Amino acid sequence: MSIGHSAAAPGAVFLTPSPASPGKPSGPAIAQAKLANGLDVVVIPDHRAPVVTHMVWYRNGSADDPLGKSGIAHFLEHLMFKGTKNNPQGKFSELVADFGGQENAFTANDYTAYFQRVAKDHLAVCMEYEADRMKNLVLTDEVVAPERDVVLEERRMRTDSDPSDLLNEAVQAALFTQHPYGKPIIGWNHEIEGLGRDDALAYYDRFYTPENAILVVAGDVAPQEVIDLAQKIYGPVASRGAAPKRTRPREPEPRAHRLVTLSDEKVEQPSHQSVFLVPSYRTAAPGQAEALEVLAHLLGGGQTSLMFKKLVMDEKIAVAAGAHYQGTAVDDTRFYVFAVPAPGVTLEQLDDAIDKIIAQVAEHGVNEADFHRAKTRLVAEAVYAQDNQATLARWYGASLATGLTIEDVAHWPERIEAVTAEDVKKAARWLDKARSVTGFLLPAATPTRLEGDVDPALAG
Amino acid sequence: MTARASTENPSRAAAVQKVVSKGGIEAWLVEDYAVPLVALEFAFKGGAAQDPIGKPGVATLLAGLLDEGAGPYDDEAFHRALDEDAIELSFSADRDVLTGRMQTLSRNIGRAFELLRLAVAEPRLDPGPLERVVSQVAASLKREANDPDFVAGRAFRGLSYPGHPYGLPVRGDLATLPTLARGNLIDMRTRTFARDHLKIAVVGAIDAATLAGHLDDVFGALPEKADLDPVALVSFSGEGVRDITPVDVPQSTIRFGRQGIARKDPDFIAATVVNHILGGGIFSARLFREVREKRGLAYSVYSQLVAFDHAAYLSGGTSTKNERAAESMDVIQGEIASLAEHGPTEQELDKARKYLIGSYALRFDTSTKIAGQLVHLQTEGFGVEYLDERNKLIAAVTMEDAKRAAKRLFGDAKLLVTVAGRPEGM
Repeated sequence: MSIGHSAAAPGAVFLTPSPASPGKPSGPAIAQAKLANGLDVVVIPDHRAPVVTHMVWYRNGSADDPLGKSGIAHFLEHLMFKGTKNNPQGKFSELVADFGGQENAFTANDYTAYFQRVAKDHLAVCMEYEADRMKNLVLTDEVVAPERDVVLEERRMRTDSDPSDLLNEAVQAALFTQHPYGKPIIGWNHEIEGLGRDDALAYYDRFYTPENAILVVAGDVAPQEVIDLAQKIYGPVASRGAAPKRTRPREPEPRAHRLVTLSDEKVEQPSHQSVFLVPSYRTAAPGQAEALEVLAHLLGGGQTSLMFKKLVMDEKIAVAAGAHYQGTAVDDTRFYVFAVPAPGVTLEQLDDAIDKIIAQVAEHGVNEADFHRAKTRLVAEAVYAQDNQATLARWYGASLATGLTIEDVAHWPERIEAVTAEDVKKAARWLDKARSVTGFLLPAATPTRLEGDVDPALAG
Repeated sequence: MTARASTENPSRAAAVQKVVSKGGIEAWLVEDYAVPLVALEFAFKGGAAQDPIGKPGVATLLAGLLDEGAGPYDDEAFHRALDEDAIELSFSADRDVLTGRMQTLSRNIGRAFELLRLAVAEPRLDPGPLERVVSQVAASLKREANDPDFVAGRAFRGLSYPGHPYGLPVRGDLATLPTLARGNLIDMRTRTFARDHLKIAVVGAIDAATLAGHLDDVFGALPEKADLDPVALVSFSGEGVRDITPVDVPQSTIRFGRQGIARKDPDFIAATVVNHILGGGIFSARLFREVREKRGLAYSVYSQLVAFDHAAYLSGGTSTKNERAAESMDVIQGEIASLAEHGPTEQELDKARKYLIGSYALRFDTSTKIAGQLVHLQTEGFGVEYLDERNKLIAAVTMEDAKRAAKRLFGDAKLLVTVAGRPEGM
C-alpha cells in the first residue's frame, strides 16, 4: 500500500469541488479541424457508452494574470457562470442538470477550461450555450461581489487553513522569482479582494476569442458530424484577427539553492519537498522532456522506485517518497521530489539522502531492469487512459493549450520507448541543487510562551 | 474500435452476463473489446465494522498488506512483478466491505489473475511490511490531525454513533495503531475472506469461459462461509447537539447530519430525490443557491444520504469564514426546516427526477466505473435487472412521495452539528 503525495503539484483549481486529474493517454483515431475564425477542434471517438464530453479550453491561465491582478483568470472562470445577454444566470446550468449532465470548469497556470458531460443527444445544445458565453457574457456588480466572497472562501478552504498548502505557495513563489508560475492560481488574498467587474471584463475581452480557444469533444460521436456542428454553432463567433499574445518574463537561470520552511502548531507530521526548475514538453530539446518523465518514474513512481526503495524499504528513514514531473507547461516548469520522514528522522537527514540518490543517478545512471520497468509502466498509462473519455479529453486539451500538437500526444508512447538509459542519466543533471527550492514543513518550535498567552497568529 | 449501434433506451442489464465457474463462484461480466483492458472489482462483506473491540483500523491494515508480499514473493518482489507487466492492484476497507480492484492490459491477463490469486489466497502479512504500513497509516493520520475537515468529521462520527463500530475511525487511531498485531490481520482475513458474501464484477476484453477458469483459481480455495460478528442496527445520535473543536484557522468547517433512511426502505428513492433538491445537486441545489450563489458564504456546500448495512444518515458540510459561520448554519437550518414543512416545489421535483435519471449513464462510461457499480449493486443485494429498473423508480416518485420522504428525512429539522475552527456566534 502507499499513501498519497505529501507535496502535491499545483494542479487546476476547479469551479466546484472535483477530484478529476489528467492522465497519460493515446490510442483512438483522433480528428482535428480549424474553423475559419481560428477555433481549433479536436474529436476523440469512444463508442462504448452513449455519452459525450464537451470541453472548451482557452489558452490563458493564472500565468497570464496582469500584474497586481493575480487570481483574475480563476475569478473570471467563476463569473462565466453568471449569464449572457441571451441567457440569464443559471439557465445553462439548469439545462445541463435537466439532461442529467455534469459540468465544471477549472483554471491552471496555462489554461482555463469549461466542460459538460452529457448523453450524446445533448451535444449541440451544450455547444450553443458554450459558444454564447464565448462572446456575450454579462456581469453586474450584484453577481460579482458575492462570487468574489466565494473565491475568498475557496482560498481559505484550500490554502489559508492548510499549512502544507501555504508552504507549497511559498515554495513556488521562491522558485519563480520572475516568471508568473510563482503566483498562486487562485491569487493572493489582497489582490483577489481588489478584483472587480471591470477587471474581469477586460480580461474576458482580451482572451475569450475563438482563435484563443480549443474545442475538444470526446465520446460516442462521428468526427465529421462534430466538425460540421462546430462549424455551424461556433463558426459564427467573430474572429478578432489574431490570438492574444502571452507575454511572460522568462525565469533567469537559477544559481542558488533556496530553503523555505514553515512551522505551524497544526503540523504534526513533518514533510520534505524539493522543486527543480526544468524544461517542459514545449521548451525542452527533443527527447529531453520524455527523459525527465522516465526519470521521475524511476526516482519516485511507486514502490519499486529508487527513492521508495532506498528511503522507505532499505534505510527506513522515510514512510513515503516520490517524484513527479509537471511536463505539460508552456514555459520552463517543475520537477518535484518529496518524502515523509520516519519518526525521529530530521528533514536535513532526509534531504541528504535524497541528494545522494539523485547524484548516484546523475553519475552512474540507472539499472537496466529498473529502466525498462519504468518505461513499460509509463507506456501502459497511455492504454489505461483510453478507458476514460474524460481523461483523454483532458490530456489532449491540456497538451494543445500548452503549445503541443495532436501528433505530439498520439506519439508520446513511442517517444517514451525511444528514451535511452543515457538520456535518463543526462536528465538527472537538471536536478542540480542550485536549480531548486526545498520546502520543510515543520511542527511549531517548542513553545516558549507562558500559559495563558494569546495564540500565535496563523503562519503565512 | 467497434461502433455499437445505439438505441434510445438500451438495456444495461442485457449487457451483463452472469458467469458461474465450475467451483460455483459467480461474477457479473460485461464483455467489451473496444479497449485492450480488463477491469475487475470484488468485495468481501466485513470491512471496518468487523474490527475487534479497541482495535479500529485492522481491516484497513489488512487491505494495505495484501499487496505487500504473497506466495513466493516478498513485498518488493511482489510490487516488481506488478510493475513489470503494468498491472494495477489495490485493496481498501470501507465500513462494511473490503474491496479489491485489478486492472490489466489484456495481453497480461494470465499474470494479473495469478498475482491477484496470490494476494487473495496467500498473502504473507510479513512483520516487516506490517511495521512499515502501520507507520504509513500513522503518518497519514498525523498529517490530518489538525485538518479542519478531518477534525469536524472525527467529532461527527464519534457523536453520531457512540459505542458502535460506525463511530470509530476506519483507518484506526494513533493511540491504538501500535497495538494492531499480525494475529489480528490473520484473524480478520480468516473470518471475512469467504465465498458466501463475495461479489465480483469484470469489464473488458475477456470472455466468460476464460473468466470462469480464473475465478476458480483466485477464489476457489476460500472457505465457503464467512464468520462475521453481528453488527447491531443503530440509530443516529446527537441530533440537537452542537460541538465545536477550536482550530486556529480563518474558516469554520461545519458538518451536520441526522437520522437517514435505509437503503431497503420503500422511501429511499424518494429520499434520494429530496436530498438532491437540498444539497445533492450542484448548481441546482437549494444549499448551493442560498449559501454560495446568493450570499457568497462558501465555496463548497453539500448534503448526502449515507446508507451503511446497519445504519443510515443524512450528512452535509460547508466551510465558511469564522465571522459568518453562524449565518451559514442558519441558512442551512432554514432550508432543511422549509423542506420538512412544505416539501419541494413541483419544478424542483421535476428537475431532480430529470437529473437523477439522465446522470445515471455517466456512472457507466469507463470499465472501472462499470465494475464498481456492478459490485456495489450486488453488495446492496440487488439483481441485475435493477440496472434497468432504477430510473423507472426515480420517474415514479410523486409529490406525495417526496413530501412524505422530506418529512421523514428532515422531521423536526434538528441536526447534529460539529465545527472545526473559531466560529463566531455559535
